[in-house]
Amino acid sequence: MFQSFMLHTWIASTIIALVAGTLGFFVVLRRSAFAAHALPIGSFPGAAAAVLLGIQPLWGLLAFVAVGVVLLQQLQRLGRRDVAAGLVLVTLMALGSLLLSMTHSYGPGVFALLFGEVLGVSAADLLPVAIISAVVIFGVISLYRPLLLQSAFPELAVPRGLRPGVMDLLFLVLLGLVVAMALPVVGTLLVFSLLVAPAATAQSLSANPIRALSLSILLSLGMMWLSIVLSFWTNWPIGFFIGAIGATLFSSARIFRYLRDRFNSRSAMVTP
Amino acid sequence: MIQQRNGERRVHMPKFEESSKVALAADVPGPATEQPLLAVDDLTVKIGTRVLLQGVSFTLSPGEFCGLIGENGAGKTTLLRSLVGTQPSPHGCVKVCGFPPSRARGMVGYVPQKINFAPDLPLRVCDLVQLGCDGHRLGPRWFSRKSSEAVSRALAAVGAEQFAKQRIGELSGGQQQRAVIAHALARQPRLLLLDEPLANLDFKSANELARLLGHLTREHGIAVLITAHDMNPLLSLMDRVVYLAGGRAACGSVEEVIQSESLSRLYGYPVAVIKHSGRIMIVPDTEGPQPDEACYMEPSNGRNRERITK
Repeated sequence: MFQSFMLHTWIASTIIALVAGTLGFFVVLRRSAFAAHALPIGSFPGAAAAVLLGIQPLWGLLAFVAVGVVLLQQLQRLGRRDVAAGLVLVTLMALGSLLLSMTHSYGPGVFALLFGEVLGVSAADLLPVAIISAVVIFGVISLYRPLLLQSAFPELAVPRGLRPGVMDLLFLVLLGLVVAMALPVVGTLLVFSLLVAPAATAQSLSANPIRALSLSILLSLGMMWLSIVLSFWTNWPIGFFIGAIGATLFSSARIFRYLRDRFNSRSAMVTP
Repeated sequence: MIQQRNGERRVHMPKFEESSKVALAADVPGPATEQPLLAVDDLTVKIGTRVLLQGVSFTLSPGEFCGLIGENGAGKTTLLRSLVGTQPSPHGCVKVCGFPPSRARGMVGYVPQKINFAPDLPLRVCDLVQLGCDGHRLGPRWFSRKSSEAVSRALAAVGAEQFAKQRIGELSGGQQQRAVIAHALARQPRLLLLDEPLANLDFKSANELARLLGHLTREHGIAVLITAHDMNPLLSLMDRVVYLAGGRAACGSVEEVIQSESLSRLYGYPVAVIKHSGRIMIVPDTEGPQPDEACYMEPSNGRNRERITK
């Protein structure tokens, strides 16, 4: 499991889990889970198109993600966020299906993009992952306070001079970068699980934003590592484990909180 | 505390020294005011062909408690937004301590209409107040004693210390309202704008909140401009009333405006003002003539409007 060919896998997946756990905190805070779903699904045909054109898949992904980000931001300004995300998803998928219909050699490639190729990461794949992660982490650290204020209390951010359109765009650019970077490694479906499950779990466990953010990163890392180990042993797809562990984490956190609240209210009733 | 306040301001806004003398004067009772804290002059807001506000003019001095009344859609929220500088396309002149609103953000605290906090938000009351201090700043937050003192001062000002460590979404409506006011107070504003802060509060919470706001004006010299549908808890506190009808505004003292006749005209609906044992109360007048029988002003054209001046 720790052979040299696995080293790249460990490095890439650790970086991705770290970044996804960080940005996922804001995805959940802003209630942008649908956007976080629409961007990876909508942009994976970009990678296929890039293969068709004979260029690096990352460039295709970045191009599709950029289109998605601009569309999302513009549509969100006009009205409802869920409708915007839905329309972006459909538009990009339509474009993708057209591009995919022009090639005949996409079968295994599409499967890898959907479900990830975490065990086949090469040294060349690491560089873009590292660079984009550094950019995203730098962005989150610089924007931490405005992003926290604007995501949690949009009504209170406006009188502070934080314009919703600008904040939306900055956030979506960060999200788009994470998606484009993580997609070839962990696959379309898992980017979404990594972005949402650890952060949602952490936020229902802690009311302290710094602690919730740290917990989200830790859970994301734990989920990733555990999934790699289990996938290596069982030879089952890693996607199954990430999805299943994410769902388990979130539901156990909710159950834990429910029981704790019940216990607290009961003990409050006994000792008034 | 005052010294520190001045020092803090000087860092952000060098030209501000003159007006911080006003705050000093208001903190310590005595002769005050060379320059009004808030000056609105001929403010007009149009969206497309719709005129939301037309030629609104009034001023506010430090420590003044001013009610902003008018029926639904009269432009109260629009006016408040123009004062914080978030209303698109305002014409006319708004000056807060001599600065345009977009440059006076640190001096104005804004409490928007009822916010629905999601129960799962991973933020406590103290985090909300902390964001009131520095939520607009870039870069990581380093621990600073000055900002943690500002947070505890704001929490103390609204009496929120007891639930400071609780998740915001799990608090009662009154506690959430206090938390938002503490957020607005965190940067020690000179002017506090509140949009329907008493909505959805029961008698007790509304009265407590009103008393708290009165305390802020008296003790800290903060000017308050507040909108409320139920003005009863505020009547004893208000120094002045600005009222809006048909996009136009007029200003008057409480005695002048809070009268059955002028209020009925303002709302276009019969309203009775009852004075009983030194207290004033406003109730809808179901006994008197109904709108179709009596000749009340049409709220949208504002032709027969009588201007009440001080």
